Amino acid sequence: MSILVGRDSRILVQGITGRDGSFHARQMKEYGTRVVAGVTPGKAGENIDGIPVFDSVEEAVARTRANVSVIYVPAGLAQDAVYEAVDAEIPLVVCITEGLPARDMVEVAAYLHGRSTRLIGPNCPGLISPGQCKVGIMPGFIHTPGRIGLVSRSGTLTYEVVWQLTRAGMGQSTCIGIGGDPIVGTRFVDTLALFEADDKTDAIVLIGEIGGSDEEDAAALIERHVSKPVVAFIAGQTAPPGKRMGHAGAIVSGGAGTAQEKMARFERAGVPVARIPSEIPGLVAAGLARRGRGRLSVVHGVPRKAAKSGGKKPKATRRKAKPAGRKGKPRRAAPKPRAAKKTRRSRP
Amino acid sequence: MNLHEYQGKDLLRAAGIPVPPGEVALSAAEAIEIAGRLGYPAVVKAQVLIGGRGKAGGVKVVRDAEELAREAGRILGMEIRGHKVHRVLVTPSAEIEREYYAGIVLDRKVETPVLMVSPAGGIDIEEVARSTPEKILNVHLDGRGLPGYRARAAARFLDSRWEIQRALAPLLVRLATVYRGNDASLAEINPLVVTTAHEVWALDAKVVIDDNALDRHPDLAALRDLTAEDPGEIEARDGGLSYVRLDGTIGCVVNGAGLAMATMDLIQFYGGKPANFLDIGGSSNPDKVTAAMKILTRDARVRAVLFNIFGGITRCDDVARGLLAALDRMKVKIPIVIRLTGTNEREARDLLGARGMTALSDMDEAVRAVIARAAEAA
Repeated sequence: MSILVGRDSRILVQGITGRDGSFHARQMKEYGTRVVAGVTPGKAGENIDGIPVFDSVEEAVARTRANVSVIYVPAGLAQDAVYEAVDAEIPLVVCITEGLPARDMVEVAAYLHGRSTRLIGPNCPGLISPGQCKVGIMPGFIHTPGRIGLVSRSGTLTYEVVWQLTRAGMGQSTCIGIGGDPIVGTRFVDTLALFEADDKTDAIVLIGEIGGSDEEDAAALIERHVSKPVVAFIAGQTAPPGKRMGHAGAIVSGGAGTAQEKMARFERAGVPVARIPSEIPGLVAAGLARRGRGRLSVVHGVPRKAAKSGGKKPKATRRKAKPAGRKGKPRRAAPKPRAAKKTRRSRP
Repeated sequence: MNLHEYQGKDLLRAAGIPVPPGEVALSAAEAIEIAGRLGYPAVVKAQVLIGGRGKAGGVKVVRDAEELAREAGRILGMEIRGHKVHRVLVTPSAEIEREYYAGIVLDRKVETPVLMVSPAGGIDIEEVARSTPEKILNVHLDGRGLPGYRARAAARFLDSRWEIQRALAPLLVRLATVYRGNDASLAEINPLVVTTAHEVWALDAKVVIDDNALDRHPDLAALRDLTAEDPGEIEARDGGLSYVRLDGTIGCVVNGAGLAMATMDLIQFYGGKPANFLDIGGSSNPDKVTAAMKILTRDARVRAVLFNIFGGITRCDDVARGLLAALDRMKVKIPIVIRLTGTNEREARDLLGARGMTALSDMDEAVRAVIARAAEAA
């Protein structure tokens, strides 16, 4: 089911009655995502396009069995929103909110330690498993189901790269924006491990940027533990030192964290680095061809190999992905066996 | 947000860290009046938000009023790496026996702040880290802050004498409270000195406040020195934009920081030079586009402007509306190349088309086009 989110994901929207929360709750639903609940304190009993609103995450989870939370609350309230979701034992929490003070994230990171919740973000576009589930703010229509995994510290640059992959006939298994802050819940290394283990992902695209050393850590991990082809791109080659380039984490300080260093580290790890975004699809195709898996992967839109691999499910539950971004309610055929499985899994 | 030395010292002093007396002067006469009270020899220090003051001649020890008048007059009005000096700090000179370093930054890898101390003080800590990393001790902070026993370990690393350690350890604990209590992203004392009288003083202070936390520190936000910043960057911040001025000729207006960086890189890749980084952010506010156009068109070096918009949260039609509104309100003589893809792209194209404008949909094509237009305009 790709990674982290799929058809079984049941989404809860924290901050659903706000401007961004309500807009994106509708967008996610239109994409075919199961948005099962919203939370805004004091607004229990209301609904947003039929999505019930609750006063607390705990109540929303008890009533709807939500297993993914996506947060759209203002920066000053985001830390509390994350805590509320973690304490409700939601396995995956996605914080879209931008502008969290670093201290708040230091505290969140310490609190998450040893707990089972995975946090994605903050300051991120969210994640999408095309044709299955969209959690975040990315435009759905640029994606197409397929077998390329993508992870990025950026938002719109990710859309740009996804769009170029889609136009080149390379669909995506899951695309994750991990966020542009100095401290984020999920890093490159975490997602690389997930993509490596995912039998629906054939190749990985990594979009990094200046600042920090997560790209260097990723390169070290790839050297030792990633067998699938990886293609990297690093933004900020022309960024001057000491200046914050929009993202709180995108700053070259003391000569460390430059794009050039990161590119060189990837190359040392044998990872091809695209000089410009439009080189990415070609490098992915080349990587797949070297592995002899190209034919299976570069098939526009239709994950052909999916029909054969796994073999755990009757074919009836698989369906060709609906073209994204279309209005109406995509209803699924034969959801029964999956629903049963999901129920078991989501009970702690 | 960077604080001046004297502002940082105020924060240290408020936390109980020993800081030598000192006051800020805007003129040589004021400097002489201050030194008259605090005593000679005195040190006069340029207050600028950039490193390397000492090397640039912005810090001087003076013996008397005559020398102070000369040096203060020279430093006030000098320019240090593009930063004009508007004020100086006047402080008594200290008899220094040892110079140490103490600083706290966020360790992104460990996800906690880290206290770094070094007996090699008075010089750039990044240089120490490169050449003699064994001279730096890292002590990570946690939810408890900096426990006393760990502060004592850091103090022992700096100085072998118990009487000095006894002064250093509480100072380090207080530095940790300055860092945390003010939502700093850097709190640095360099040099942290031991005087010949065996007193411990913070002779300098560099404090940077996390921009994202300024909302909860209105007192610190009020310390912002607008005279020390690029006017375009101030205007951008007021307009909710993220802007950094660069040296090139091609202005860019982009939504999203990553795409904005990639756009700059692509301009350079195809042989152009970007004039700026500019992120109009994720929201769909036409006013931001107008503000962006104001900043870019006032910059005389900008020969052409590229709009690179990938609509997600940002709706392309809102950007188009903002651009058209800007063109209505101001005279724009330089060529504009527009690239639009994503949410409400069709509506945006219709709006632009009604005014005889077109938009490209491919980023590489748009970058090549704007470079060509800038060359024509040159």
